[in-house]
Amino acid sequence: MIRIQARTEPSSLMKLASPLIAILCTLIFGCILFSALDKNPFQALHVLLIAPLSDIYNVGEMLVKMGPLLLCAVGLSLCYRANMWNIGAEGQLLAGALGGSVVALTFIDSESVLVLPCTLVAGIVSGMLWSAVPTYLKLRFNSNLILTTIMFNYIGLYLLIWAVNGPLRDPDGYGFPESALFSDATILPTLVEGSRIHLGILLAIIAAFIGWFILAKTHLGFQIRVFGADEPAAKYAGFNSKKLSWFVMLFSGALAGLAGVSEVTGPIGQLVPNISPGYGYSAIIVAYLGRLHPLGAIVAAVFLAVLYMGGDLAQIEMGIPIAVVGMFQGVLLFFLLACDFFIRNRLIFNKPITH
Amino acid sequence: MKLKSLLIGLGLMAGVSLAHAEEPFKVGFVYVGPVGDLGWSYEHDRGREEMQKFFGDKVKTTFVENVSEGADAQRVITQLAKAGNKVIFTTSFGFMNPTIKVAKRFPNVVFEHATGYKRAKNLGTYTLRTYEGRYISGVTAGLLTKTNTIGYIGAFPIPEVIRDIDATYMGAKSVNPDVKLKIVWANTWYDPGKETDAANALMDQGVDVLVQHTDSPAPLIAAQKRGVRAIGQASDMSKFADKAHVFSVRDNWAPYYIKTVQQVMDGTWKSQDFWGGFHDDMLQLSSINPNLPADVRAKIDQTYQGVKSGTIQPFKGPITDNTGKVVVPAGHTLTDEELAKVNWYVDGITDKVPN
Repeated sequence: MIRIQARTEPSSLMKLASPLIAILCTLIFGCILFSALDKNPFQALHVLLIAPLSDIYNVGEMLVKMGPLLLCAVGLSLCYRANMWNIGAEGQLLAGALGGSVVALTFIDSESVLVLPCTLVAGIVSGMLWSAVPTYLKLRFNSNLILTTIMFNYIGLYLLIWAVNGPLRDPDGYGFPESALFSDATILPTLVEGSRIHLGILLAIIAAFIGWFILAKTHLGFQIRVFGADEPAAKYAGFNSKKLSWFVMLFSGALAGLAGVSEVTGPIGQLVPNISPGYGYSAIIVAYLGRLHPLGAIVAAVFLAVLYMGGDLAQIEMGIPIAVVGMFQGVLLFFLLACDFFIRNRLIFNKPITH
Repeated sequence: MKLKSLLIGLGLMAGVSLAHAEEPFKVGFVYVGPVGDLGWSYEHDRGREEMQKFFGDKVKTTFVENVSEGADAQRVITQLAKAGNKVIFTTSFGFMNPTIKVAKRFPNVVFEHATGYKRAKNLGTYTLRTYEGRYISGVTAGLLTKTNTIGYIGAFPIPEVIRDIDATYMGAKSVNPDVKLKIVWANTWYDPGKETDAANALMDQGVDVLVQHTDSPAPLIAAQKRGVRAIGQASDMSKFADKAHVFSVRDNWAPYYIKTVQQVMDGTWKSQDFWGGFHDDMLQLSSINPNLPADVRAKIDQTYQGVKSGTIQPFKGPITDNTGKVVVPAGHTLTDEELAKVNWYVDGITDKVPN
C-alpha cells in the first residue's frame, strides 16, 4: 500500500531537483511522442521551447502574449494567498476591454492626450466593478466565490458579444460584429519601433513589483500572508478579513481590467468578440507555477507565453497538429505540478497489513 | 574590391539557383477552427489538400489551426510570411484587420482573405455565393413542408446571413405561396449545444424543415430525433442523419486555391473581390437523399441547373422588403457590391433584422 505523507519540512533536495526532474521527464516524453509521429524530436523541442525566443520579433511577440497573463496572475496570486478563490480574471479582463472600448469609441474623434488615460482608467474601473459584485455577494450573503466569479465570466463574455453586435458595432462595418478601429489617440504607444511591444507590458511588470512590494514589505501584505497560512490565527490576531478580501479582489479586478483594456488599445486596436484566448484561465496556471509569488509570476508568464507561441510555430515550421502540441503542453504542466507536489509530500510504501 | 564583389555576386547567384532548384513554392493557411470541425475549417483544409495534390512537389503548404481572432492572429500571419510563404490565405472574417496590417509589412507576399471587405494591392478577398445554395434549399423546403413552416438557424446578423435568409424565403415562396419562415439566432458559427437548442426552439414552433447557417451537424441530429427534415451546411452531413438529411450544400474551395496559386506563380495575380458559386464548382449539392419523392428530386435538379446556368437569379428585381420599400427595382439584379450590403428582409418574412 502506498500512502501520501506531508513532509514536516519541504525537502531542500527536491526543491532544487524538482524543476529539473520535471523538465527531464518532459523531454523524454517529448522525444517518444515526436519520434512516434515521425518528427525529429530535437527539432520539435527546439521549435516548441527555444524558437519563440530566437529573434527580436519573436521575443517581442512573446512579451505581447505575456502581458495579459502576468497582469491577471499577479492579482490572482494575492487573492489565492488570502484564500479568496477568484476564478473570474477572464470576466474581469473582458469587462475591462468593454469599459475601455466604450470610452475609446465615445471619444473616437478626439485628439486630446487625456483620452488614453481616461480609456485605461475606464478599463481598470470596469474590471474592479466586475470583481466587486461577487466579492459583495460572498461577504454579505456568504455565496460561493468560485461559482459566482465563474458565472461573471459568462455574463462578461455575453455582455461583450451583445455590445459588439449592437451599440458598439462599427456603423460602416457591413454589419460584422466588430467596433470601428480606435483612433491613434487611444492606441497605447509601442516601446520598440516596429514591434508590438506596448506600454501595457511595462505596466504589467511594474504591477508585478507592486504586488511583490505589497505582499513582502507592507503590513497589509503581512496580514494577507498570515490569513492565507492560518485563517483562525489571523482572526484571533484581530485582522479585518473583510477589508483584506475587498483589497485583494479589487486589486485583482483592477489588474485584469487593465489587461483587457491594454489588449484592445494595444495589439488589437478595436473591440472584437475574441479579445482573449482564455488569458484569465491560463493566468491561474501562471499564478500557481509562480508559486503565488508576484515576481515568480513573471517567470511563469514568460514560460507559458513561450509554450503557447511554440505551439503555433510547431504548426508553421513542422506541421505538428495543434492537438499534439496541446498534449505536450499538458504533460509538461503535469510533470511540473507533480514534481512540485513531492517538495511538500512524500510517498510511504507500507507492507499490506495481514491479520 | 572587384574580386570581392565578384565573389559576392557568384555567391548570390549560387544561392538563388539553389533556392530555385530546391525550394518549392510555399503557401500558408490560417484557420479559425480545428481542421476536425467537419464544417468551415475542415472544408478549407480539404481545399488545401486538393491544391497540394494538384501541384505535387512544386508547392509546400502549411496551416495553422484554431487561431484566435484576437491579438494572436497578427503574429501567426506574420510568422507565416516570415517563414517564406508566398501566398497566405486567412480564412475567417475576424482575420481582416490583422491581415491588412501584415499585408502592409510584406508587400511582396500575396494575401487572400475570405469573406472580408478590405482589400489592398497585395490583398484580395474571396467568398461564396452561399445564397445560391439557399435558394435551392428554400425551393426544396417549400415543397417538403407539411406545416408550411420552415426554420432558419442564423449565425450572426451580418449581410451574408441576412441575404441567405432572403434567398431561402424567396425560393420557398416560389413553390409554396403560403410558406412561413421562422428565424432563430444562435450567435455562433460552431457550437453543437446552442445549435441543438436553436433547432429544438424552431421545431417547437411547428417547423418541419430546418435550414442552418451554422457549421455543426447538431441540428440534423436533432431533426432526425423528432422525425423532421434538415439541410446540411458547408460539408456533406448525410452520415449524421440518414433519414432527416435532404442534401448538403458543400463548400469547395479547391478550384479557387488552385487558380490563385497558379496566378501568383505565373505573376498574373491581381487583387480582386472574388465570388464563387455553383458555376465555379465552389458550391456543390451533395448526397441528395434517395428517400425524397421523385417530383421533389426533379425540382431540385431543375432549380440547380437554373441557378448554375444563371437563368435563375435570386436577387433579380423587382424585390420589396418587408416594410414595403422597393429594394431592387424591376430590371435590376443586385451586383456583388450590393449583395455585400444586404440588410433587409424580403416581403413576407414576419421578423425584424436584429439591431
